[in-house]
Amino acid sequence: MTDGPAPVLAAELIRWSWVGDHLDDIRGYLFQHVELTGLALLFGIVLAFPLALAAVRWPRLYGPILAFTGVLFTIPSLALFILLIPFTGLSIRTALIGLTIYTLLILVRNMVEGLRGVDRDVREAAQAMGFSATRQLFQVELPLALPVIMAGVRIATVTTIGLVTITALIGWGGLGRLFIDGFTLDFTTPIVVGIVLSAALAFAADLLLVAVQRQLTPWARSRRS
Amino acid sequence: MITFESVTKRFADGTTAVDNVDLEVPEGDLTVLVGPSGCGKTTTLRMVNRMIEATSGRIVVDGRDVAQVDPPELRRRIGYVIQQTGLFPHRTIGENIATVPQLVGWDRRRTRDRVGELLELVGMPAEVRDRYPHQLSGGQRQRVGVARALAVDPPIMLMDEPFGAVDPIVRSRLQDEFLRLQQEVRKTIVFVTHDIDEAIKMGDRIAIFRQGGHLEQYAPPDELLAEPASDFVADFLGAERGLKRLALIPVSAVKAESGPVVTPDDPGQRAVAAAEAYGSDWVVVVDADRRLLGWVHAGEAAERGRVGDAEVRPFQLQVLAADSLRAALNAMVQSRTGVAVRVSDGDRYEGIVTMELLSKEIS
Repeated sequence: MTDGPAPVLAAELIRWSWVGDHLDDIRGYLFQHVELTGLALLFGIVLAFPLALAAVRWPRLYGPILAFTGVLFTIPSLALFILLIPFTGLSIRTALIGLTIYTLLILVRNMVEGLRGVDRDVREAAQAMGFSATRQLFQVELPLALPVIMAGVRIATVTTIGLVTITALIGWGGLGRLFIDGFTLDFTTPIVVGIVLSAALAFAADLLLVAVQRQLTPWARSRRS
Repeated sequence: MITFESVTKRFADGTTAVDNVDLEVPEGDLTVLVGPSGCGKTTTLRMVNRMIEATSGRIVVDGRDVAQVDPPELRRRIGYVIQQTGLFPHRTIGENIATVPQLVGWDRRRTRDRVGELLELVGMPAEVRDRYPHQLSGGQRQRVGVARALAVDPPIMLMDEPFGAVDPIVRSRLQDEFLRLQQEVRKTIVFVTHDIDEAIKMGDRIAIFRQGGHLEQYAPPDELLAEPASDFVADFLGAERGLKRLALIPVSAVKAESGPVVTPDDPGQRAVAAAEAYGSDWVVVVDADRRLLGWVHAGEAAERGRVGDAEVRPFQLQVLAADSLRAALNAMVQSRTGVAVRVSDGDRYEGIVTMELLSKEIS
């Protein structure tokens, strides 16, 4: 055994004192992570909804809409951010445009499948009762499509929480910034904190969405009782 | 009243679903549209509330051409019941029934009171109000479907195979319940089914359609069974047309014969005389108040000396004035005497119904 500094990487995965010293930074990154995820989902839903409605109303549009959002989905995320920089610079808009685009495929597909999955008898009954098309959509079809739509929202949310870290490369990134810090400092603690927190965030977000869904679909809850 | 004037429906692919139909559904009557699949009966029904638009012709509901009325508004004034009930799975029973009241803007209290009233009307306990449709049985869902259609007391109801999705026993009960309900509410109803027996049971009038949307015959069930207008109608009514007709005619429609009647205290010779006069070897036995006791062999009564000393055998089945002739026929074939005994509510003997009387009535 020789004296001298212990090999840091091997000996300790996490140095708690560093965590204690950087609590404010970590909290800021976490908030930014939540903010980016939340806004991306919000914009994603707002954009996906009319696309899904159009696809349900005019089935011929569904193919092209899926193909288009599918192509967007396959663009490597890093490339997409780089492509956007000439237009929107390193602003939050760049991060949000990219993140939002990636939610579209999942959201549109689940919205369309959810709306299409509404029982034909139920839809007909609504029409025959004298619902206007808009009321029928909001009071009958959307509530019944909600479980499938929420499944999409959950996948999109978890996916986005992972993707947000990439935006660290254009100066955002939420918890992703911890990876960059750890990498540049050759120091594991921030990386571990980043991984644990983003996994926890994804888990918490998913639980929250399940709870929201249960609140919104009381009829499905009683199905088990 | 609903009037179809030369109504035709041709679909985009060129098939004619309904071909130049003229039909008048009288106020307060239940009219059944019946026929094999693809005969246009459902299309005809759905043109009334413009779920399907007629290609040509006119449909007039209560004096107004439906083509001139905004569809949602038209539909709120026409109750609609469909096969799988189409209840909204995400709404409670109470909310389902309250659907149309909410659409037309009733206030909360009026809606709530009405829901309670309707649950009672269709024979459902008040507790089901907060349940969801999937927590109910098929028959219960069907009742809720009817209650929902009646919510704003529309003068007209459209029913598309409303009892098609339940088992035969429940179906028969729902049919009976609905007929009783209809006695009370007297709606103008168009009712679609592919089941001729259901049509005969439910309909004040029956419209028989054949493939291609032709209306073959439109008549009350009794008339239809007595005089089918075509071979198609006769075939569709089936081989047991006579029996089906009997089911429609009440026992009170034929004049019961008085028959050979004695009391237990009569001498046996009196029984023999009565039987001979009637042309049978048995006599009906009643007590002093003319309550039915049964029947005895005339010969046995003569041997014993007194009617009451012979074995008095019960009639297994008796019929009331309101029973059908079909029930009377059933009583005949199950009795050794070969006749059906008609009694009053209080078991008092009213006479006997014979095969000759039946065949005279239906031929």
